[in-house]
Amino acid sequence: MTTFLSIVVILPIAALTWRSTDRGAHGFWQTVSSAEAVSALKLTLIMALLAALTNAVLGTVTAWVLVRDEFPGKSLINSVIDLPFALPTIVVGLVLLALYGPRSPIGVDIAFTRWAIYFALLFVTLPFVVRTVQPVLIELDREMEEAARTLGASSVGVFARIVLPNILPGILSGLTMAFARAVGEVGSVVLITGNLPFKTEVASVFVLQRAQSDPVGGAAVSVVLLGISFAVLLLIGGFRRLASRHERA
Amino acid sequence: MRKVLPRSIVVVYLVAILLGPIAVMVWRTFGDFGGAWDAVKAHNTLLAFRLTLIVTAIAVPLNTIFGIFCGLLIVRGNIRGKGLLNAFVDLPLALSPVVVGMSIVFLYGAQGWFGGLQGHIQILFAWPAIVLGTMFVSVPFVAREVIPTLREIGTEQEQAAATLGASRWQTFWKITLPSIRWAVVYGVVLTTARCFGEYGAVAVVSGNIEGKTQTATLRVDDAYQFAYGNYAPAYGISIVLALMAIVVLLTMLRIHPTGSESHV
Amino acid sequence: MKRHTATRVTLLAAVGAAIAAIAASGAGAQHKSVTLNLVAYSTPKPVMTKLIAAFQATPQGSGINFTTSYGGSSAQAAAVVAGQPADVVIFSTGTDMNLLADHGLLSPKWNKMSYGGVVWNSVVVFALRNGNPKHIKTWTDLVKPGVGVLIPNPFTAGLAKWDILAPYYAERVAGKTDAQAQAFIKQLYQNVVSQDSSGSNATNTFLSGKGDVLLTFESEAINGNIGYVIPKVTMKIDIYGGVVTKSQNQAEASAFLRYVKSPAGQTILGQNGYRPVDKKVFAEFKSKYPVRPGEASIDNNILQGWRAVDKKWFDPNTGIMAKIEKGLGVSTTG
Repeated sequence: MTTFLSIVVILPIAALTWRSTDRGAHGFWQTVSSAEAVSALKLTLIMALLAALTNAVLGTVTAWVLVRDEFPGKSLINSVIDLPFALPTIVVGLVLLALYGPRSPIGVDIAFTRWAIYFALLFVTLPFVVRTVQPVLIELDREMEEAARTLGASSVGVFARIVLPNILPGILSGLTMAFARAVGEVGSVVLITGNLPFKTEVASVFVLQRAQSDPVGGAAVSVVLLGISFAVLLLIGGFRRLASRHERA
Repeated sequence: MRKVLPRSIVVVYLVAILLGPIAVMVWRTFGDFGGAWDAVKAHNTLLAFRLTLIVTAIAVPLNTIFGIFCGLLIVRGNIRGKGLLNAFVDLPLALSPVVVGMSIVFLYGAQGWFGGLQGHIQILFAWPAIVLGTMFVSVPFVAREVIPTLREIGTEQEQAAATLGASRWQTFWKITLPSIRWAVVYGVVLTTARCFGEYGAVAVVSGNIEGKTQTATLRVDDAYQFAYGNYAPAYGISIVLALMAIVVLLTMLRIHPTGSESHV
Repeated sequence: MKRHTATRVTLLAAVGAAIAAIAASGAGAQHKSVTLNLVAYSTPKPVMTKLIAAFQATPQGSGINFTTSYGGSSAQAAAVVAGQPADVVIFSTGTDMNLLADHGLLSPKWNKMSYGGVVWNSVVVFALRNGNPKHIKTWTDLVKPGVGVLIPNPFTAGLAKWDILAPYYAERVAGKTDAQAQAFIKQLYQNVVSQDSSGSNATNTFLSGKGDVLLTFESEAINGNIGYVIPKVTMKIDIYGGVVTKSQNQAEASAFLRYVKSPAGQTILGQNGYRPVDKKVFAEFKSKYPVRPGEASIDNNILQGWRAVDKKWFDPNTGIMAKIEKGLGVSTTG
């Protein structure tokens, strides 16, 4: 089984990391610290964070509505949440272009701007927090909340003091997964953002454009993305441990 | 009012980001249904769908077996470096598919570590590289569903079976496997959907050879790129691809109606 | 001894005749199935389909199958170097041909073949919106504020290089110094609104409604039914074709390229928006393809050919375009 993992995952990563230093540490640094690469990495991180945070808030609200509310069409909404998992990323780009591109039927044209990146990332990270918070809310014992309410706590107070601490680990792990997903996203942004250096070029597209013509340069930035991924994974692992500790408490 | 506001926020958000764009695309496809249909039934498109299905048929079983055994090893095994194993299994979730593709080029390209193989077997710019890339990006899903389930259910039943004299293989087949079956099923569904939709890694390693190394997602890109601004062909292929994934998702919801739960 | 000699001679003669017969029968018809792998730049996909079909209808082409791959010229060239199977390559810059030649995949004399290795020509044009609302006619119109220009990414698309060299050359011919002409290109890039990975993607971006002018091949404007203007000073684009040295089917690959350069092939090209490189065939399409007096080739005195241009403009670290791209970052607010 380790052979399987090695062939499929570890060996390619090792080759990538090794070859990224083909031009020496100096060459590596030159590429990674070039203005265009830095701009692409910054844009990626900022956009990923914004999208993840937005979906953390709205995802929590959605999970709440799905678990605690009753209205016609709720089960349809529940099924729809998983759509971003089902749609290929290249289709996501096309779909957003249809409604928010130059031929938009509602006159909203955000294609080839940073908004396009934001919308694409919102789309692909939509399910994460919803699906991590939902099971926690389902399991949550309502007695504590009702008790707090009979004792005079406001709804906001109940939410902040009782519900939120319980769902926070779920929110955080969903948030970090969404962030990790957004940092690497390529298919949905490559068609609709114009890939303009310093304006709308994200790190993954930077790498894609160099995949054939300057693979060593692309590898260098890939290694940076790899490092970010590892860091995020450690975070997710940490939140998971937090969550399971919370459950046992 | 308190109840209506969150409800409305959710519906508006979903329509704005998710349902609205999809609806417009579907509507535009019907605006040129002939063009869309022609693109879908074109020979090279059908070959692309076939390639996607073949790649998925290879990647999913392998990743499922790996995921189950990996899960068992991480939760119940007695090895050192579990954390590292866990990290490597999760890595593809956090990694950009383009990076995945590049790393395959570095292994199997003419200047790669295994570049010498090129005279004998074609890996890069042929279906093996596509399979490898697709497998890489879909490695985590089964493992990540199986691991929390294994943690939750504990080992009591297995221990009981052992004391009753069951062999390890019998225990695995009759007790362990059935106890994690819904986790495995959901993991398989996610893996399948991921395989159908893979684009970034395949774009880098496939060579984009029509009828041979174009997957369905590359076919969408091709239909978009060469259609001189008429998007109906690209939309048509996209809808078929999306329907394939939705069918897989719905099948799972049918057999396990409590809905999708994501374990973290 | 003499007895056996007669037998031996007869046997040898019989074997020799048999070999000759087999060789003769093999030379004519195609008994084994040959597949040619074509790797080409992005925009000629529709005309290549026609050329392949027409070639397959000829005796030399009958029974030959093709696989096809289209994409940004430089990305495709790099893929061939990385091992993508290829028998025939068709690229839109000499850079890509030189890359293959430097890796031993093309003859170093690729540009000494018939027509200098060129299979067809085009010119850099301004593809415009209906009615040309911004009245774009000359290169200087492109740097006016508010004009959105589409040029694909020079890392991956060959077209981008022609799009950059044409205005530079135009400025030099108008009397500007090298430094001034470079500054013009820098100004031009302030107006670039999308850097697509291939010529085809750039056309698509334009057709989706973005930008005011698409700098593209004349062939692409014609095939996309986009109104266009040929500037007075422009580049005559060479499109190059070659047979890959490690091809297992050299004869068939050469036969295909010969067909493309033959009057039959050139006529198909002329009918589909491409300028034939064959002068006689080109003359038949004169009305369709106006020749501007200011049309320049890549080998002129100012540009001096692909090796010089690549070193000066497109080196990823020291080239002018690298500096211009960096400069873009400084001038925007990030």
